[in-house]
Amino acid sequence: MSETADAGHPTGGVAEIDEPTRRDFLLWSTIAVGGVGTAIAVWPFIDQMNPAADTLTLASTEVDLSQIEVGQSITVIWRGKPVFIRHRTEEEIKEAESVELSALPDPQADADRVEKPEWLVMVGVCTHLGCIPLGQKPGDSKGDFGGWFCPCHGSHYDTSGRIRKGPAPANLPVPAYEFTDDTNIRIG
Amino acid sequence: MNSKKTIKTLILAAAVTLGATSVQAAGSGVHIPSREWSFSGIFGTYDRAELQRGFQVFRNVCSACHSMDLLAFRNLGALGYNDDEVKAIAAEYQVQDGPNDDGDMFDRPATPADHWPSPFPNEKAAAAANGGAAPPDLSLMAKARGSGGDSALRISLLQPAGFPLGADYLYALLTGYEETPPADASIPAGKYYNHYFPGHAISMAPPLAEGSVDYSDGTAATVDQMAHDVSVFLNWVSEPELNERKNIGIKVMLFLIVLTIMLYALKRKIWSDIH
Amino acid sequence: MSGTSNFQSNSKVVNWIEHRLPIFSFLDSQLHQYPTPRNLNYFWNFGSLAGIVLVIMIVSGITLAMHYAANTEIAFTSVERIMRDVNAGWLIRYIHMNGASMFFIVVYIHIFRGLYFGSYKAPREILWMIGIFILLAMMATAFMGYVLPWGQMSFWGATVITNLFSALPLIGEPIVQLLWGGFVVDNPTLNRFFALHYLLPFVIVGLVFLHLWALHMHHSNNPTGIDIKDEKADTIPFHPYYTIKDMYGLGVMMIIFAFMVFFMPNYFGHPDNYIPANPLVTPAHIVPEWYFLPFYAILRAFTSDYWVYQVVSLGGFLMSAKLAGVIAMFASILVLLALPWLDRSRVRSSRYRPVYKVFFWIFLIDCVILGWVGGQPAEGVLVTIGQWATFWYFFHLIILVPLIGIFERPKPLPASIAASVTGSTQPAE
Repeated sequence: MSETADAGHPTGGVAEIDEPTRRDFLLWSTIAVGGVGTAIAVWPFIDQMNPAADTLTLASTEVDLSQIEVGQSITVIWRGKPVFIRHRTEEEIKEAESVELSALPDPQADADRVEKPEWLVMVGVCTHLGCIPLGQKPGDSKGDFGGWFCPCHGSHYDTSGRIRKGPAPANLPVPAYEFTDDTNIRIG
Repeated sequence: MNSKKTIKTLILAAAVTLGATSVQAAGSGVHIPSREWSFSGIFGTYDRAELQRGFQVFRNVCSACHSMDLLAFRNLGALGYNDDEVKAIAAEYQVQDGPNDDGDMFDRPATPADHWPSPFPNEKAAAAANGGAAPPDLSLMAKARGSGGDSALRISLLQPAGFPLGADYLYALLTGYEETPPADASIPAGKYYNHYFPGHAISMAPPLAEGSVDYSDGTAATVDQMAHDVSVFLNWVSEPELNERKNIGIKVMLFLIVLTIMLYALKRKIWSDIH
Repeated sequence: MSGTSNFQSNSKVVNWIEHRLPIFSFLDSQLHQYPTPRNLNYFWNFGSLAGIVLVIMIVSGITLAMHYAANTEIAFTSVERIMRDVNAGWLIRYIHMNGASMFFIVVYIHIFRGLYFGSYKAPREILWMIGIFILLAMMATAFMGYVLPWGQMSFWGATVITNLFSALPLIGEPIVQLLWGGFVVDNPTLNRFFALHYLLPFVIVGLVFLHLWALHMHHSNNPTGIDIKDEKADTIPFHPYYTIKDMYGLGVMMIIFAFMVFFMPNYFGHPDNYIPANPLVTPAHIVPEWYFLPFYAILRAFTSDYWVYQVVSLGGFLMSAKLAGVIAMFASILVLLALPWLDRSRVRSSRYRPVYKVFFWIFLIDCVILGWVGGQPAEGVLVTIGQWATFWYFFHLIILVPLIGIFERPKPLPASIAASVTGSTQPAE
């Protein structure tokens, strides 16, 4: 900070030797304190872009499974997306478990996709380009593998929601969920 | 001479600032007494016991007629209830949802994500059920009355004697009913005399009576107590961020005072070779 | 631009940039070496403070705009969502709300500094006029901003002020409908006010750039009002002297601002604006925000029995009282544009103008009185006080200022800025 040489009239003298050091300490500590304060002050303006309290409330959804009969599917909304919940029949479970993993475009064992075998929970958004596959309602086409069929570009999913045929690259994703008791789950 | 001018200007600046508040207790001009609140002042915070009692008064008495649209059940955690208690409180109330797959609207128990359900489906139904005057929503009532929400400064050029907070007005109103109005007051049929309500003729019947609510913490439910507690609760609904705001405020003020002192010292240092 | 730069650098990178865009030598000459009078007092801090408040308003405004919805159905609720659900939303909203008040406090002090020390006089006339345009842009921005929360005062304030334009003969009604986009203040009005409220601050930024450019042409005025004669003796480089002084002043302002935001955030507001707008219910007393109160008082002063109105309208012939009030309200600001020519004095600073100084203080008190009157109901003796205060406002500017300038005998001026500093017993702070 020696630019002051061309300004004012420095009072020459003894104190000059100590002055710069003291001024430097004050200068650097003020800059440090000011810098910390500025960083703290900037944070709220960035944090306001994070999800707000009302958005976070919808970050997890609880679903009561007790009314869903065997062979029945429901769709719930979780974080703005559809989630397929199916109470699978015995045949569907057996079929899902008996598939050879090497035959799968995206190999994944059925046991790795469910907490309890009779309950299949997955995000109902096709992994190709994002359409919602058919198969939730009775009368819907279930595709060649008895699960779900995406009408947009012809992806077929099996009874475990895994991709079997068609352009989709991956299985229907399984969200993080847990059973809060025997008949209730919390997704997310 | 320089400092005299500075002082004069500062006084005038203060005068302009203090004059800044607009007309407050307009209308009847009745003086509304200021009360002690746990949440007022620089270090004020809400008292949870008062909030919970006030909430009890609201749900047992006021919510029959008044909506509270901006209050979500999940906000009640701030009163000291845990997640399960909040869920249980929410589940006691029905909210409308739908349409279902048949295209019908239906009622279901509320969840913490829902907002407080209104006692009436719309404004006109509320007015029709209440003699033509719809009971106003209470979510912001403490900021919409008196001089508004809590304030550290309570005087101004326009009101050098001080002005009431919203909570002061609410308490005064709730305790301001008089059985026999003064002789010169003419109260139309269907209205009631209230000392503090502008114009004195209020459509709301006195809502509180001794023992209206059975406080779960055992406090005696006098009109005075209930009015106090519900006023605190209403201030909280209007200003839920108050605790956090004052807490952060103290830290910010201390930080700024320290930084400004350092800046002043640095300024004197740098200017010392000029003076 | 004046300000020498002997800027040189050993860095290849710096020189590469400098050759293509001389930003470093520009900053060096305009912010570092820039010669500034050595005797500036703390009233010279308010320009930089205003600039910083402008930045605060833009940053807080943009982050609010990420959450606000400019539609009459949901505007009020969207603001309450910001207050309750958005992370730190209450903080950003209160910063923006109180920042507007802070902006006007700072700018009004800045303007009165200019009036006292003659900063508007030659060769700084254009600098002064750009400042008045900045003030006008600020007032338009603040007016539209206050409508956005769509509370009772938002709606009714917008209704009253836009209705004023109907006083214009012939074109009045069509202009009001054009402003409204309808037959009353409603959603089209709200939407366009939001668009313009977002735009105008950047117009202000442009005006501030011109303001600073004009300032740098002839450098700052100073408390003595005397010109810089010898750069070496009369001035000091802007950095580090005024950079640190400005930062200290910023610290003081932030303390006051933080106290407002955290401990009295609704002090300058009106409780009625926490009631959602209702076109069928008029509030008992419609008042604008405090910074508009003096102008509101001038507007309301022009009743049909006001003698000034009778005079200027030739007995009510030329215009209605309503139109006279509107014209007077705008004239109260526009007359300031003429101030450099109204003031005939060859001496700038009130320090050496004993008569003008007294009338300056009277004028300032008159403005405070006007503000006080503006906040009261227009009844009884208050009307008369407002009318006399309005008369005095224009009388001071149009009659007194020129006359005092012509007939006043100023005190002897010091020989130079340097002489005024070394001669005084108090250090120039």
